Order: sequence, then structure tokens, then C-alpha cells
Amino acid sequence: MDIIVCVKQVPGTTQVDIDPDTGVMRRDSASTKLNPYDLFAIEAALALVRETGGSVRTLTMGPPQARAALLETVWMGADSGVLVSDRRLGGADVLATARALAQAARAMGRYDLILCGKQTTDGDTAQVGAELAELLGIPHAGNVLSVAPGEGFVDARVSLDDRDELQRLPLPCLVCVDKNINTPRLPSYFRKKALAADPVTVLTLDDFPDRDERRYGLSGSPTQVERTFSPERAEHRAMLSGDPEEAAGQLADLLLAGKFVREV
Amino acid sequence: MAGLYIDQSRVTAETAAALQALCPFGAFTYEKGRLDITAACKMCRSCIRNGPDGVVTLVEDDAPAACDKSAWRGIAVFAELEESGRVHNVVPELLGKARELAAVTGHPVYAVLIGHGGRPAAEDLLRYGADKVFLYDHPAFASFLVDAYANAFSDFIRRVKPSSVLVGATNMGRTLAPRVAARFRTGVTADCTVLEMRENTDLVQIRPAFGGNVMAQIVTTRTRPQFCTVRYKIFSAPAPLERPAGQVVEMEVTDGMAASAVRVLETIPKPREVDISEARVIVAVGRGVKKESDLAAVRELAGLLGAQMACTRPLVEQGWFDAKRQIGLSGRTVNADLIITVGVSGSVQFAAGMKGSACIVAINSDPEAPIFNIAHYGVRGDWYSVVPALLRRLREGH
Repeated sequence: MDIIVCVKQVPGTTQVDIDPDTGVMRRDSASTKLNPYDLFAIEAALALVRETGGSVRTLTMGPPQARAALLETVWMGADSGVLVSDRRLGGADVLATARALAQAARAMGRYDLILCGKQTTDGDTAQVGAELAELLGIPHAGNVLSVAPGEGFVDARVSLDDRDELQRLPLPCLVCVDKNINTPRLPSYFRKKALAADPVTVLTLDDFPDRDERRYGLSGSPTQVERTFSPERAEHRAMLSGDPEEAAGQLADLLLAGKFVREV
Repeated sequence: MAGLYIDQSRVTAETAAALQALCPFGAFTYEKGRLDITAACKMCRSCIRNGPDGVVTLVEDDAPAACDKSAWRGIAVFAELEESGRVHNVVPELLGKARELAAVTGHPVYAVLIGHGGRPAAEDLLRYGADKVFLYDHPAFASFLVDAYANAFSDFIRRVKPSSVLVGATNMGRTLAPRVAARFRTGVTADCTVLEMRENTDLVQIRPAFGGNVMAQIVTTRTRPQFCTVRYKIFSAPAPLERPAGQVVEMEVTDGMAASAVRVLETIPKPREVDISEARVIVAVGRGVKKESDLAAVRELAGLLGAQMACTRPLVEQGWFDAKRQIGLSGRTVNADLIITVGVSGSVQFAAGMKGSACIVAINSDPEAPIFNIAHYGVRGDWYSVVPALLRRLREGH
């Protein structure tokens, strides 16, 4: 089974805030990491290929530095990585991102299965996988708790809010796996040392079957961010003052008055 | 093509340094007197608003191909039918919000229900103010086959042409909404916490963004319909109408529409689980709790209050709690009558999952913790002193 795993490089910390005086967004952009949710998709892919044979390629879109995330996937066990990096793809929303990934997947040739993680820690939308499947015209399943290979299909346990469904999806298809469905392996030092050639291929918009610039990046994004701002503050708030004993006393009075305390 | 453009004639070492310091994503490179923007750019436009004048400008498309918005009327809500034959609890909440939004534009409110044996549930939705409930009823829809559901949903959109579509951010909704939105090459905004309607029918969608303490206001100005997802308990369900006036419209389900490439082998009931999103009283703990054994005092407080225990993401990652007890964007949303947070700093992700609660009490030793911005009552002190004192007082209170 030949598998593509979609991954993303995300900030090492999610600490972003807005300077209350200037309205400028501040962020420590120095550290990055592989999106933790993607580790489960990579592990699932490696387990499937161990059973069926085949290959695991990882795919990401991002700045040139995102190569580091792909190398990490190769050290974990992926065969190679594809980095889609082009300024003309910048500012992409969910649709424009899915479109670029779909074009990259087409440019990558034959595949049986695309695996995605549940979501990223920076975008948090959990939508790109489903849109990618739609644009590729293949079936997909989200919130998958387990995936088992078969002849020309995979069986996926899909978690819904009120029930699970065991679904059989024909290949090629796309599966978004939930977190904690397996224990991802660590990157291997020996694999890192043994790497002879550069396992990362870089694609730009010029490598896509559809090279119409207007479909990608900011131009190709139906949603636009109008503004960003700090979350609102509570209107009515009271600080209970005094030492812990006094504050606890006031709080106890509030809870007793609100009939929150159970009769014992 | 739209994007950021740099006027190199205005670039100096000073302006370049200012822009590099300003950019939260490190997207500026400055080499040999030339300033460039790399693919790290997230189009936050901070460099335009706050950077040196005229160096970076936004070039818009010459003529953005906007659709004819007047051809799209109505606010539609996806009604997820559960196996029990009832709709998911998020559906009445979305219908209530849809009614508020529709009041601005005078549009009708629709629900679209895809399932099998959904007629009683469809009738019931009229009580929450739907003008029309479009029912796609077929045995194939008894299971959640995303391609078949997407076909029915798309049929509804092509025939009815709703301007906005609200979908619950359930596992089903999160799988279905982006699939259908992509089919119509339109936008979908996930996990909105605030929705407002403009008179020109643009839906203002606000959600936490960049994984941090920032809210983003997002609009879909050129395409229709405008899709958004909203989590359970973000909005409130309206009181049911005594005399509902809407009607159920049965839609034809063709064989092609119901056909799916996917086969469901088995349906497995979920075990009954603790659901903190239903809890009326909650005690939530965060990283201010230093050891797992220290939780005993907090559990005692929860016991006295008849409260469910909940936690922040780090405590799940430490293995102290099951993920089902996590509050926040990547956990559950709660809407409690009372929530007491103990040693919780109150990140925007956590706050998004609980700030709808009627009474928020925060105990935290850091006086600058953001939790105090949303708390109704705050205690700035060490919980290791406050909670034992509180327990004593509460026991004395009886």
C-alpha cells in the first residue's frame, strides 16, 4: 500500500498575544515542531506498510524551514517527503490550502491512501483533510480510531458523537485519524545517520497540473480575516480581597447563598 | 494576483529591521539591501497596519469575481439526526442563533435533515423556529456515509440556495461541512464563538485564531453559501414555540444521491460516559496543582458541591485525567451554572470552552492570570491555602 501522510510544521509554542497598546501581534517564531496530531497519522501509516508492504511519503506545505518537519518524519520511518513551498501559495485559507495539497498529491503520482491527523495545533480547524478528499474526488472518513488494511480497501472505525461505525472504504481514499490511537515512535538516530541522499523534494506552483495563480494563496481563499483582536474582558467582576482565610469566607458565603452546597 | 508587495525603493536597513521585528511569523528576509517575504507569511497584515509607511502594501485582485449575493437567501442549519431518532442538542441552539441572524436581513430560517425515519424529528424542529425543514429521508442515510450525505446536502444547496449554513461542530458536522463547502468552492470557518449578520448578508464569523490569545474576525465576501461550524453549548437554545408555523418539506432522494462508495460493516454503540458538557456545577483544575495527590482537596470540594471534576489540557497530557474531562477548544465546551477554576491561568482555548458559564469563580496565585479577565469572582491567592479554608467554611455552613 502506498501512503501519503499530510503533516504540518507548527510553532513550538502556542503563545501568541496582542500588545494592548499598539494592537500588534506578538509571537515567538523561533521554535517550531512537527504538529503533534500528525505523529499518530505517521505511526498509523508505518504500521499499515509494515503489514502490506509499500511506501510512506509525507507531504507538507510551508516555508523552506518546514523541510525540518519532513526530515523528522523520515527519521521516524517515512521513505521520503514532499515540501510544497511557494510564496504565491501564502495566506491560504482552508480551501486554498486543500487545493494546493490536492495539486501536490496529483503531482506525486499514484497513491492508495492519504492519512491526515485530526487537526493542527496552530490552525485548529480540522477541516483540510475533508476538503482535500473532496477536491481529489475520493471517499474519506474523519475521527478514525483504528484503520486496518484489506484487498483494495481499508476498514476504519469512525467515531461519531452518539456511536461508532466500522466503515469499509475503497482505495484510494483519505482517512483522518484521531489522537492517541497509537503510540508514535520516536525519530531514529540511526536512520538519521544512515541517510545518504536528501529525502525531501520541493514542489512549487509551477509543478502543479493547475497553474492558475488566482486559485491559490490569498486570491484563492474565499474567507478573509478582517481583523484580529484580543478576547473581551468580563464586564462584571469582583475580586475577593483579604488573606486566604477571608477570601475563602466570602466565597463560602457566596456558594451557600447560591444554594450550591449539597445537603449532607 | 492578490498579495503583499514590497516597494524596494523605500527599503532601508532601518525599515527592514523594523519589519523583521514586527512580523510575528518571521517571514521577512533582508539580504544585500533587498527585502523579501517568505512562504512563512500568514497574511496577518500586521506589517501593513503597523509597519513603516508604504514599504509593504496589499495588492487586491483587480476584479474579485463575486457571486450575485441576492440570489442566495436564507440561513440554513444542518440537523444531525442521532441513532435515537432525535436531533443532536446543538441543533436547537443553532436554530435560535439563525433566527437572530435572520432578523437582520429578513431571510427565512431553514433546517436540513438527512437520515432515516427522521419525520418526527423534523416536525419537532419547527418548534425552534425553522420556517422550513427540508427532509432527506432514505434507508441509506441510517449510517453516516459522508459521500451520500454530501450529495443530499449539495442537492439542498443547489435547490434552496441558502446564504449562510450553520453546522454543529460535532464529529459528523466537522466531517460533512468542509466536504460540502469544498464542493461549492466556498469558505468554511470552524468553531465560531460569535456570529453576526450584516445587512448585505455577509456573515461575520469570530473564532480564536493562531492557537493563542487572539480572536480573528472572518468574512466570506465573494462566495455563497457561507459555511461555519459552531460547537455545542456556545449558543443557547430558544424556548420552544407554542404554535410553530413552519412546514416540513420532503425532498426526493434519488438512487444516485444515496449511493455510496463506502460500506458500513457494523454500528457500535458508545458506552455511556461522563459528559462534563452537561454538568451544572464544575470544579476545574489546572497546572497550579503541583502533584496528583494534591487533587484530593479539590475532589472534596467537588463532592460538597455535587460538581463534576474537569481540567485543562496539560493535566490530560500528564495522564491525571481522561481527555473527556478536558475543557477547551480541543476538549469539551461547558455551560455550567457555576464553575470554580483552581490553579487555572485561563488560556483563550480554555476560556472558549467555559466562558458561557453563568458564574465563574477563579482561584489563582498569579494576579495577572487571564482567567481573572473572565471570572465573575476572583480570588488572588494560593489555592493550597484558599481551598482548605473554603472547605472548612462550607462544612461549618451546615
